[in-house]
Amino acid sequence: MEILLFGITREIVGHSALRVPPGEETLHTVGDLKNWLASRYPELKKLSSLAVAVDSEYAMDDQPLSPQNEIALIPPVSGG
Amino acid sequence: MLIRIVDQVDLQEAYQYLQAPTAGGIDLFIGTVRDNAKGKNVVKLVFEAYAPMALKEMRKIADRAQAQWPLERLVMLHAVGEKRVGEPVVIIGVASAHRDAAFTACRFLIDELKKTVPIWKKEYYQDNSVWVNAHP
Repeated sequence: MEILLFGITREIVGHSALRVPPGEETLHTVGDLKNWLASRYPELKKLSSLAVAVDSEYAMDDQPLSPQNEIALIPPVSGG
Repeated sequence: MLIRIVDQVDLQEAYQYLQAPTAGGIDLFIGTVRDNAKGKNVVKLVFEAYAPMALKEMRKIADRAQAQWPLERLVMLHAVGEKRVGEPVVIIGVASAHRDAAFTACRFLIDELKKTVPIWKKEYYQDNSVWVNAHP
């Protein structure tokens, strides 16, 4: 499973994409992924908000994840 | 509708697209780089987008505007990359038969873009830089 990273999340993780090891079979939902990321990258917890997009749509925490999905972290937006 | 993420926004392109014989009013909003933020001198901004999702979210906002107001044409252009003070970053435009709808829809489009579209800007000052809105 690969996660696209943008803005400050890219800087916190240090890469523009993050590969979740195949062994991490506990990541069934968006909420699981958020918890997994927060434990590895505590700086993410300091953000005003952190959304996850699944196949380029905002996703709720209970949304299931599959390796086929395109997943992205969406830190607070600031366009315009 | 004309919705794009581009390296440089083009006012002529937007204005040309907005012209319609049925439109009695064209409303354009141009967002530009300001030289200060929260009391600090801004040197430049750098924008990045999750382009496929940003375009999708912009289309959703445009659809909502078109459902709410009688719009003849609609433009949303947003730039990515490095932008210096004074440069245009975003162009929102609508054409409508009458000005009320044009003004209101234009305001709605830029306000909503700022809330949901996955585009980020980093502000560069003389001595450091921050991702805007990232922290409380």
